[in-house]
Amino acid sequence: MLVVEKLEKSFSGGDRPVPVLRGIDLTLDASRTLALTGESGSGKSTLLHLIAGLDAADGGRILIDGDDLAAMDDTRRAALRRGTVGVVFQQFNLIPSLTVAQNIAFQARLAGRNDRDWDARLTERLGLASHTHKYPEQLSGGQQQRVAIGRTLAARPKLVLADEPTGNLDEDTGEQVLDLMLELVAETGAALMMVTHSTRLAARMERRLHLERGEIRC
Amino acid sequence: MLTAGLQALLSHWWRHPFQLVTLLIGLATATALWSGVQAINAEARASYDRAASALGQTPRPRITAPDGVPLEQEHFVALRRAGWLVTPLIEGRLSTEAGSVRLVGIDPFTLPPADLPDALEGDTALDLSFLTPPGQLITSPATAERLEGADLPPRLALDGIAPGLAYADIGIAQDLMDMDGRLTALLVLDDQPLGRPPLEEVAPGLVLRPPAQGGDISRLTDSFHLNLTAFGLLSFAVGLFIVRGAIGLAFEQRRPVFRTLRALGLSTRVLLGLLLAELLVFALVAGTLGIALGWLIASLLLPDVAATLRGLYGASVEGALTLRPAWWLSGVGIAVLGTLIAATASLWQVARLPLLAPAQPRAWAMASERTMRRQAVVALALIVFAVGVGLYGAGLVGGFVMLGALLVGAALLLPLLLHVALRLGARTARTPLADWFWADTRQQVPGLSLALMALLLALAANIGVGTMVSSFRLTFTGWLDQRLASELYVSSDDEAQAAALQEWLAPRTDAVLPIWRASGEIAGAPAEIYGVADHPTYRDNWPILAALPDVWDLVARGDGILVNEQLARREDLSPGDTMALPGWETRVAGIYSDYGNPSAQVLVGLETFDTRFPEAERLDFGLRLPQGEADALARALVEEFGLPAENIVDQASLKAFSLQVFERTFTVTGALNVLTLTVAGFAILTSLMTLARMRLPQVAPVWALGLTRARLARLELLRALLLAALTAVAALPVGLLLAWVLLAVINVEAFGWRLPMHVFPADWALLGALALLAAGLAALWPARRIATIPPSELLKVFANER
Ligand SMILES: Nc1ncnc2c1ncn2[C@@H]1O[C@H](COP(=O)(O)OP(=O)(O)O)[C@@H](O)[C@H]1O
Ligand SMILES: [Mg+2]
Repeated sequence: MLVVEKLEKSFSGGDRPVPVLRGIDLTLDASRTLALTGESGSGKSTLLHLIAGLDAADGGRILIDGDDLAAMDDTRRAALRRGTVGVVFQQFNLIPSLTVAQNIAFQARLAGRNDRDWDARLTERLGLASHTHKYPEQLSGGQQQRVAIGRTLAARPKLVLADEPTGNLDEDTGEQVLDLMLELVAETGAALMMVTHSTRLAARMERRLHLERGEIRC
Repeated sequence: MLTAGLQALLSHWWRHPFQLVTLLIGLATATALWSGVQAINAEARASYDRAASALGQTPRPRITAPDGVPLEQEHFVALRRAGWLVTPLIEGRLSTEAGSVRLVGIDPFTLPPADLPDALEGDTALDLSFLTPPGQLITSPATAERLEGADLPPRLALDGIAPGLAYADIGIAQDLMDMDGRLTALLVLDDQPLGRPPLEEVAPGLVLRPPAQGGDISRLTDSFHLNLTAFGLLSFAVGLFIVRGAIGLAFEQRRPVFRTLRALGLSTRVLLGLLLAELLVFALVAGTLGIALGWLIASLLLPDVAATLRGLYGASVEGALTLRPAWWLSGVGIAVLGTLIAATASLWQVARLPLLAPAQPRAWAMASERTMRRQAVVALALIVFAVGVGLYGAGLVGGFVMLGALLVGAALLLPLLLHVALRLGARTARTPLADWFWADTRQQVPGLSLALMALLLALAANIGVGTMVSSFRLTFTGWLDQRLASELYVSSDDEAQAAALQEWLAPRTDAVLPIWRASGEIAGAPAEIYGVADHPTYRDNWPILAALPDVWDLVARGDGILVNEQLARREDLSPGDTMALPGWETRVAGIYSDYGNPSAQVLVGLETFDTRFPEAERLDFGLRLPQGEADALARALVEEFGLPAENIVDQASLKAFSLQVFERTFTVTGALNVLTLTVAGFAILTSLMTLARMRLPQVAPVWALGLTRARLARLELLRALLLAALTAVAALPVGLLLAWVLLAVINVEAFGWRLPMHVFPADWALLGALALLAAGLAALWPARRIATIPPSELLKVFANER
């Protein structure tokens, strides 16, 4: 499903480039879950962004279903984000001008696999049924994150990437949101890679990788 | 503390130079358009003042012949002998190939020196070469330059002489005007001796008139200047939208700084003082810049304005600009005032800034719908008010108040209209992207509404003024065709020649139509009286607006007269009303349109004219000819009959000349139109640049979900075009209403005639295209930014450290 080999990425920091990822190798099979932990600034988000095709790597390869991301142009990477990969960020995932219902259906419709029944079930399961006509700014943080998860899963991506999806929520809410996410991911058969600070949350995943100064430590 | 505070405040501009440039450019353009128009007005007014004081600061009573014909010079001699202190005067228009001048013939021996313009005081100018043939014409340097090469006496150019004016000795002037032994008027001087015999005894048949009140010219041209001023004000307002946007953004972004400064112990008062000082410096810099720009605009436009004024009203304005300190000051003043107006809301917010609220930029795009509704209510109130003024108000001022209320009302209503239109548009959406596009566009409306309002105003002004001007042109050309029905117009130099001419012409033309003219006074104001023949030329062509049945029979029989529209409106005359003319009463048989003529005009039958105005000159004829024979006859008149070529005017060149005057007017309004549209485009650009920063959180999720930046940029462009198109559609009815007010209210009040309104859809299409072009150009830069923004910038939106 996902293969990452010798991945490198640097950012220009002042006069010379600062390496952030120094040769990352990992694999993730379909229907499996993986936790990515590490200190703040260790490069977790950067890795996630590269896998999602949101940014370009400086070296190494990322293969999704055997396709090399580096060989793709902007348009094909965009198509990948529409159809194959779903991303949930820590915050500001939602499109402010669209309602909850529109947000949930958005990616699925973009990918051309809109399924109203599935949308309705997701909405129900996420406890959003009474909020479908509200706008994101009218929701609490936990509700917003649930909408973001709903939107990602509505599109049935093969790979779900989540970057501290509960990082902005209090512990109880975070736990509930995570439970829901794991349940629904399992239901769709997607692979999940989640970045998190919390060892407690990481323990709920099948596998765990630790990132330290741009390198994987198991 | 103070310096530290100031430094903290000013560093913002250092880091956002584009904002500073926007602010300064906006303010400078606003000031430029305003002060440019003011400069033109001031120049024209100064010219009128100088012309009005052509002779003497105090207007003097005049002795003239009753019907405006010249008086005999013997009267002057007789009056002087009888002890009257009078001085002779010749006034008239001197036509040359290089254009015409107003000739003033004076007698330096009897005219008190104080009556002369300052430039002529002291006897250096009025020396022997002025008095003895060939004499001398004293003019302003600009007029002298214009008359270069004309077949006239030598010119003496002096500074301080009113433009378009030429002074000559009375004898020389008589020669030039073919008025040997005759005079235009006698001026009655102060301190007349007691016991002189009454006027009737010495010079029977002459009348003494009180001094004229106020300059006719300035009254006539007031409306033209009012129009220009209104235009200047509108442009200024459009410019202020930019300033408001820039100041609003700068204050918004510095909110955390304000809070920190307050927390560090700076009082609100000192903070406001610092901000005011900062704004004042900007206003002064931008004001100076704007004045320089305004100067440029004025000097580019003034020649056309001058030509318009000369052609329309006979008012002389030379096409050169003088610098006036008052104008400089008013320019800087308006810049400061504009800055304060634009900054009021922002300063108010700073004054009420709570110390502890989170230092987060308010989401502009989320401005509540409540604000929009409140605006709409105010807008409707204004529009109702405008309609009320239209129905019950009166006068020029009423007309302009109505215009103002209408425009502001329409502008305030715009956000709601756009909102509704976009909601309707959203219903047509079938794809998620379309959904998002409509919804997101709707969300942009509050942030862009100031700029879109500016665009609305600019477009409405364009449509309104354009419709007025084009209606004017169409009506005017049609009217010219009717009025100038004769193929050739000839005038003779004296009555003997006139008789010979008539005889010579009779076998060579279809008709020789005498056009007799006299000037007189009707209802206390000067008027022209024409005697016209009873001929199909008039019956078929004359632009009658309203008339009794068989109007031409009535006129031919002497049972009625025709009056022009402005006289009818002024005196409230309708067909059938009785009307008093000097020494005789008649009735109005009909009313005709008479565009471009400032004075009252009356048409009477030839016989009536003969009995009522036996003194008047009978020199002019209109000639009807078969088609294509005008040139040949004109040549024959010169070569065989010996008529001077300048006595012959053909219809075509007369029309061309009249139209030329109007084309110059169009140049001025056209230039101002383009300028306001440019300013509106700039307002859109600055608003979009402002919003671009706040747009990232709105665009980033869509990008992350699988849209390329290039696609988003294209949508960004499309959004600006859509909003501009909707605004243009909204501007159309507003512009047409504006045109109607200009034509049916302002014009009638100002000129005394009403123009029929014509619509020009092709012009609208062109204007719509221009609006789209302006919006497209304005959106190009922000769209490019989105297309090329590094992904890491977009990713920051989702990162923790926001
Ligand atoms: N766009 C960028 N430009 C420069 N440096 C960046 C950029 N994005 C991230 N970094 C740096 O890269 C390192 C890793 O960042 P990130 O992947 O966000 O860490 P994590 O998510 O593990 O906290 C940090 O030191 C961060 O400052
Ligand atoms: Mg991170």
